[in-house]
Amino acid sequence: MLSTLAEAFRLVAAPDVLLAILLSSIYGLVVGSLPGLSATMATALLVPVTFYLSPIAAVATIIAASAMAIFSGDIPGCLLRIPGTPASAAYTDEAYAMTRKGEPELALGICLWFSAIGGIIGTLSLILLAPPLAEMALNFSTFEYFWLALLGLMCATMVARSNPVKAIASMLLGLLVSCVGIDNPAGTPRFTFGSTDLLGGIEVIPALVGVFALAEVMRSMTEPEPPKMPRRKFGSLLKGMWKLTREYPWPQLRGNVVGIIIGVLPGAGADMAAWVSYSMSKRFSKTPSKFGTGHPEGLIEAGASNNASLASGWVPSLLFGIPGDTITAIAIGVLYMKGLNPGPSLFTEKASSMYALYIIFIIANIIMIPLGIVMIRLASKLLSAPRSAIMPVIVLLCGVGSFATGNNLFLVVTVATFGVIGYVMERNGYPVAAMVLGIVMGTMVEQSFVTSLIKSDGSIWPFFSRPVAAILAFLTIAAVLWPVAYWAWGMARQAKMATQRG
Amino acid sequence: MTRLTRRQLLSASAAAGAASIVGLDVASAQAAWPARPVTVICPWGAGGGTDATARIVAAILEKNLGQPFNVVNRTGGSGVVGHAAIASAPADGYTIGMITVEITMMHHQGLTELNPTSYAPLALMNEDPPGVQVNSASPYKSVKELADAIKAAPHGKLKASGTGQGGIWHLALVGWLTAMGLKPDHVAWVPSNGAAPAVQDLAAGGLDIVTCSVPEAKAMIDAGKVKSLAVMASERNPAFKDVPTLKEAASIDYTVGAWRGIAGPKGLPKEIADKLTAELKKANESKEFHEFMSNRGFGVKWADAAGFASFMAEGDAKMKTAMTAAGLAKKA
Repeated sequence: MLSTLAEAFRLVAAPDVLLAILLSSIYGLVVGSLPGLSATMATALLVPVTFYLSPIAAVATIIAASAMAIFSGDIPGCLLRIPGTPASAAYTDEAYAMTRKGEPELALGICLWFSAIGGIIGTLSLILLAPPLAEMALNFSTFEYFWLALLGLMCATMVARSNPVKAIASMLLGLLVSCVGIDNPAGTPRFTFGSTDLLGGIEVIPALVGVFALAEVMRSMTEPEPPKMPRRKFGSLLKGMWKLTREYPWPQLRGNVVGIIIGVLPGAGADMAAWVSYSMSKRFSKTPSKFGTGHPEGLIEAGASNNASLASGWVPSLLFGIPGDTITAIAIGVLYMKGLNPGPSLFTEKASSMYALYIIFIIANIIMIPLGIVMIRLASKLLSAPRSAIMPVIVLLCGVGSFATGNNLFLVVTVATFGVIGYVMERNGYPVAAMVLGIVMGTMVEQSFVTSLIKSDGSIWPFFSRPVAAILAFLTIAAVLWPVAYWAWGMARQAKMATQRG
Repeated sequence: MTRLTRRQLLSASAAAGAASIVGLDVASAQAAWPARPVTVICPWGAGGGTDATARIVAAILEKNLGQPFNVVNRTGGSGVVGHAAIASAPADGYTIGMITVEITMMHHQGLTELNPTSYAPLALMNEDPPGVQVNSASPYKSVKELADAIKAAPHGKLKASGTGQGGIWHLALVGWLTAMGLKPDHVAWVPSNGAAPAVQDLAAGGLDIVTCSVPEAKAMIDAGKVKSLAVMASERNPAFKDVPTLKEAASIDYTVGAWRGIAGPKGLPKEIADKLTAELKKANESKEFHEFMSNRGFGVKWADAAGFASFMAEGDAKMKTAMTAAGLAKKA
C-alpha cells in the first residue's frame, strides 16, 4: 500500500506530468472563462494532444483542464451575467446580483473557494467510496432516471425569481426545443422541416450562449449604460471565505453530497447537480426571500455541488467504462488509448496509476485557488472597461466559439436565433434559465420515459414498484404538491382569520 | 505550448523520429501532391471513436507524406453534414474524409441523397462486428441456448438494446432475427443513447440482450457483470479468443459490422487516389496503427479502393434488407 502510494507520487512528480497539469490548468481556465466555449469542448480539443503524452500526463491534462473550465465558467457569469457552462446557468442571476450590489469579489471568491473544496470532497468520495457508489449507480435503470429528470425539471420554478407560471412556460418551451431532430426514441426526424442541420437537433451550448450572451448584448444596446460602479481596488477574494464556510456548514455539506450522488449517475452530471442543489438550497433556507438578490447561500451549495459531481463522475467511468457525463465520455477514450483500460482490474493491477489519478485530482483542485485568483483579477478589469468595448468582443466570441464546436455555420445561426428569443423572453419576464433547463433535461425525460414503457410492455407500475423509483416518485410528487398544499393552507387560514374577525 | 510538449515527446521516441525523416525525403523526391496541407473531414464530434481513428490515420499520413493532414470535425445532422461536406469538396486531393457505416443506412431512411457511390472510395481501415451480450446471471450458456430461448419466447417478450432506433446495432439484431426465420421485432428493441448506457442497463437487469461490439462491453465483462456469447463476424476477435462466431456456435451465417474508411469526393485524380490508397495501406499495416487500434479496442480491417467499393455495396444491400424488414426504410 505504502509502496504503491510512493510509486504514485513518483509518477505524478515526473516533470512532464507536472508541466501537463500546469499548462492544461491555464488552458482550462482561459477556455472555460470565454463565453461560448464549454468545459466539454475544452476537453475534446485536448484529445489530439494526449496522443503525444505519457499515460499519466494524458489523463492529467483532461482532469486539470475540465476542473478548471467548470470553475472558470462562473467568471463571466458573475461579471457579465453570461454563464460559461450550462451548470453555472443555474446560479448566474444570483452571482450577477451580487456583483451589481458591489460585491464581485465575494461572488467570485465563493465560486472559487467552494468549487475547490467541492472538488476535493468529490475526490475523497472517489478514493474512499468508489466501489459502493458504482454499485449504487448500477441499480439505476431508466425508471429511476425518469423521476430524476422530472425532479430536475421541477427546479425551474425554484430558480427563477419571476412568476412561477412564466418559469414553467419557458421550461416547456425548452422541452419543445429538445424535441427537434432525429435523436429521439423512435429515430424519426421531428420538426426538421427537411433541413439537414436540424436533423441533429438543437445543441445546448449554442442555445445557452444565444439566450444569455447575445441577448445580454442586445439588452445593453437598448438600455442606457448603468451607473458606473465606484472605482476602487478589487478586494481580497478569499477574505471571509472561512467565515462563510463556518456560517453555512449544512448547505455546503448538502451540496457536496448531492453533487457526489448525481455525479455518480451516468448521464446526469454537473449541470443537473448545480440546478438541483440551488433549488434545494432555496427550499431549505431560512431566508428563501433573499435568494436572487445576491445572497451567498445558494451559490455556496450549487458551486460545491457542481465540482463535487465532476470528480464522482469518474467513478462509473473508471470501474465500468460507463461515462458519468460528456467529459468522462471523452476521458474514457483517452484511458483506453493509453492502456489504462477501465474496469475493476484498474484498481488492483494498476493501483499506482489509480493513486496517481487521485493525487492529480487533489493537486488540480488546490492549484485552482492561486491560478483562479490570477484569472479573476485579470477578468475583473472587465468591470471597469466601457461597455462599447466589451460587447463587440462578446459577439465575436459567441460567433467563433459556436462555429468551432462543429465547424458548421448552422451553429452560429442557432446562437443568433436564440439571442433574439432570449431577448424577447427576458423583456416579457420569462426566465431564460428555465428554458435552458428544459433543453438540457428534455431528451433525458423523453428517452427514459419511452424506453421504460417499452421495457415494461406499456405498464406504468414499475415506475412506482421499484424501491428507488418509489422514493424518487414520492419526492417528485411532493415537490409538485407542496406549493399547492401550502397555498391552500394559507388561503384556509386567511379565510378562518377573516371569519374570526368578522 | 502544446506543440513544444508534442515535439519533445516525438523526438524522445527515436523510432518515430527516424521514420519521419525518411518520410520527408521520400515525399520531396516524389510527385507534386501533396504540395500543401490536406484537410481530413470527420463527420463526428471531437473526442469520439471516429475522431480518434481519423486523427491517428492523419498523423501517420502526415509523417509519411511530409505535409500536415488536418482533421476537421464537421458535425451536425447526425453525421449528414460532414458526409455531405466530403462528397461536395473540390476533387483536388486536398480534402478527403472519414466515412462511416451510416452512409449505407441514412439514404434508405430518406435522410439524405448521399450513398456509397457518391464518393471516390480510398481504403477501408476498420470494422467492429457486434457481439451478443447477456447478463452474467442469465441462464444462457451459449448463443445456441439463447437462440432457442428467443424462439420459444412470445413476440416482444425479450428486450434488447445497444444504440438508438435504426442504429447499426439495432439492424444487427434485426438481421440476426431474420436469419433465424423470426420476425424483425420478435425481440423488442429498446432505443438507448449509445452502447454504454445499454450495457449498464443490461448489468442492472433491465434488458435481456445487448448487441454492441465486444470491446464496448469489455469493462463490464471484466467486472463479471456481463458475458459475451458470440460475435456476428466471419472470424473470432483475437482479443477475445473465447467468444465464438455465430456460425460456429449456432450455425447461422450472418455477419455485419460498424466500419470506418477513408474516401474523397468523386472525380479524384487517379494518380492522387492511387497514391493515397498506397499510403493508407502502409498506415493500415503500421505497428503504430495496430497498437493504437487495439488499445482503443477497435478492429483493424483492410480493403483497397475497389475492395472498399464492393464492401460498401454489399453492406448497403444488407442494410436495405434489414431496414425494410424493420420498417425503417422510407417507402419509395
